[in-house]
Amino acid sequence: MSKKNPEYDFKWCPGCGDFGVRRAIEMAMQQWMVKTEIPVEQNVVVAGIGCSGNTVHLLEGQQPYGFHGIHGRSLPLAMGVKMGNPDLNVLVVAGDGDFLSIGGEHIAPQAARNLDVCVVIMDNGVYGLTKGQSSPTTELGTITSSTPFGKIETPVHPLNLFMTLGVSFVASSFSSKVKEMADLILQGMEHPGFAIVHVNSPCTTYNDTYSILKGDPKNNIAPLVYDIPAEHDSADRDAAFALVQADGIPLGLVYKDPDSSSFEQRLAGTMTNVKARTTDDIFNALVI
Amino acid sequence: MKREDFIIRFAGEGGQGMVTSADGLAQAASMAGFHVQTFSTFPSQILGGPTWTQTRISTSPVRSSGDAIDVLVCFNREAYDNHKSEVRDDGVIIYNTGDFELDSDGKSFGLPFEELAKSTGNARAENMVVIGAFAQLVNMPQEYLDEFVTKRFTRGRTGDDEIIRSNIEAMNLGRAEAKSSGFSLAEMADPVKPEYEQILIKGNEAVSAGAMAAGINFFVGYPISPATPILIAMERNLVGKNQFAYQASSEIEAINAIIGGSYTGKKAMTATSGPGLSLMSEAIGMAWMTEIPFVIVNVQRGGPATGLPTKTEQSDFQLALHPAHGDSALPVIAAGTVEECFYATVAAFNWAERYQGPVILLSEMMLAERAQNIPRPDLSKLKVENRDVYSGSEGYLRYEAKEISAMPLPGSPGSYIANASEHDPYGDTTHLPERHIHMMERRFSKLKLLEDGEYESQNTEASIAIMPWGGSKGPSEEAYELLLEHGQQMAWYYTMFLHPLPAKILEELLQKDLVIVPELNFQGQFSSYLRSLGIKAESITQYTGLPFSVGDLTQRIEERLGAGTKGMVNV
Repeated sequence: MSKKNPEYDFKWCPGCGDFGVRRAIEMAMQQWMVKTEIPVEQNVVVAGIGCSGNTVHLLEGQQPYGFHGIHGRSLPLAMGVKMGNPDLNVLVVAGDGDFLSIGGEHIAPQAARNLDVCVVIMDNGVYGLTKGQSSPTTELGTITSSTPFGKIETPVHPLNLFMTLGVSFVASSFSSKVKEMADLILQGMEHPGFAIVHVNSPCTTYNDTYSILKGDPKNNIAPLVYDIPAEHDSADRDAAFALVQADGIPLGLVYKDPDSSSFEQRLAGTMTNVKARTTDDIFNALVI
Repeated sequence: MKREDFIIRFAGEGGQGMVTSADGLAQAASMAGFHVQTFSTFPSQILGGPTWTQTRISTSPVRSSGDAIDVLVCFNREAYDNHKSEVRDDGVIIYNTGDFELDSDGKSFGLPFEELAKSTGNARAENMVVIGAFAQLVNMPQEYLDEFVTKRFTRGRTGDDEIIRSNIEAMNLGRAEAKSSGFSLAEMADPVKPEYEQILIKGNEAVSAGAMAAGINFFVGYPISPATPILIAMERNLVGKNQFAYQASSEIEAINAIIGGSYTGKKAMTATSGPGLSLMSEAIGMAWMTEIPFVIVNVQRGGPATGLPTKTEQSDFQLALHPAHGDSALPVIAAGTVEECFYATVAAFNWAERYQGPVILLSEMMLAERAQNIPRPDLSKLKVENRDVYSGSEGYLRYEAKEISAMPLPGSPGSYIANASEHDPYGDTTHLPERHIHMMERRFSKLKLLEDGEYESQNTEASIAIMPWGGSKGPSEEAYELLLEHGQQMAWYYTMFLHPLPAKILEELLQKDLVIVPELNFQGQFSSYLRSLGIKAESITQYTGLPFSVGDLTQRIEERLGAGTKGMVNV
């Protein structure tokens, strides 16, 4: 079923990077369904709170299942969905505030478990929905509504953080590069483990970084983003660290653990010779 | 005359075997056909600190851990000093001469616990020395104890025989010392072994078994006293395909994960205690909003904040009723006995699946750690309910109906969005006033499905009633019987189903001039709720970290009755 819902009145601002991310998600999901021959209802999009979270309501075409949860908790919710039914394709959409600030505590445990979900982060470097407060990725010194004299915290470097936490699939993209982004999201879905596609998705209202990211020759601004060179070996963890620690924002597949073993696989592996207990077994052991 | 009821207390320092002694004696006595109940209280540390346990043995079902001690076993001097005043006039104190010496006080005799155990070649048999001495004092036949030791230590390992021999020898050494001390208590009456099959089980184990019987297949929890044993049992039980039990990184992770699991169709549960329930608050509101069924077990401990992690209290009722911000009122079921821990858990799952939302099951530290003999539940007679699952093909709107409606499951047609924001029939966010009205009324209307809970009542014609809840049931039942013996005219009401109350109990309680609620908290949380429903209720409170003693409770109720209904707190 596809929907056009007159009651739903949320809109992204004109020029918002999230339009491009939405399109890439739709494309990746379409390609995934063609490839795996699964029906649309086998896909679940899990979201938290923020402009990013509304993606779940704005997808066009055939509708997957969705869970628009509370702020910062999309990862534990997605863990429940995936472990509840491992046959589902679980996609998490999150923003920099939702994922890296209030939800920051949930990244490390999922990286350690290697939960088999694909996360798409829409990083705009600002809290948009609450009208322009600083976020973990807002640059040092930036004046925002909540940092009237300039931001004092060093910004988080998301790609470096994900590599450090041991995320088994790390990719980087930019909202204008829809086709390339769709390909990375598809690869993330296919990856047997925790996959993060981090997207720079500018906020045209509170933090318009298009010219900084893309560069602006007229004003002598060099582009910050660049395509990862073809010779980069994404299976090489050291090379991946070198890439994310260098200047600029690399676009493409940063790291993919070729030996990735997912949470479900690990769990099943520890229980090969364990017998489940029934209620009768429990009572039999307690009979007087 | 033979005595039908004995209470033995073991006191000392954590790690000296107090819990093993109380549990062991309970197991031996229950195997012989007695009814038993244990109680334990200890500080929040791995080893050391003042700890005591108690075993009550009776020829009829035991409802409280008992007031006055028949036999006190002191592992150290501090235990003797702290507990001797609670020993009955004709009681006996056994103390550990390996730790301290006493001048004769007329009711004590010493035993070298460790030395006697070591002489059997098994230094770990100290508690058997003590159990043997107790058995001598009450004339308990040794064959009861031999059977217990043989069963307990027959584990199919080489060396079983030697362990059994040394434990029996340790008991006989304890017996011999007790005999030569010259002390004795009244002879214990012969047990009447029930004809039905029995199990000896603790409250937390009964909750875990109840969840299994209800068909749980998804559990995520986080360690917290006193709920941790439920997590451990679930991890051991739920293995294999389509089963999931897991220790999360926090209670926030745990609650969100079980919401996700239930959304895919799993029968889900988490178990926690007060601080964990506080952390789960926001996600519980989301589950109420999105209509996702599961059970949260809250094994109450002393609060607020970290509070008294290893002590008992009934102070989370109001939090259980309103754990989240905004308009919601969660279904709450409270277990009052070890046996009810099993049936309440099954009932909690049934409620959750029936009304499609979260249900809070309240247990308490004193129930969680209590071992008690109960009839083995007949699984074939259990009624297990499952949610109404949508099975159509397309075009379904999950939240369109004014009342409860079938739940689609991911993987099957019926895509919708479970949305923590107020939503329209599909699950998309909306701000329309008429939609908020529709959804609010839909969510609250479902509570009507839960008003058919069972309840107990006695002497319902009396105008004054006593109505305990949760673990205060046992002491209140005993107090109630004493009050009737003293000539008081009183009614008795009790139910596990606290919110919503069974429609009929509410109707009857509204007719009473006074409903007295014994409860273990400062504010009188449950009576406050009853007053909000129009019932003339008043609490008798206690906040010591310990359960009510029957004598004390009886006296306080009589004092209250003496004051009549004057000056009582009304709605």
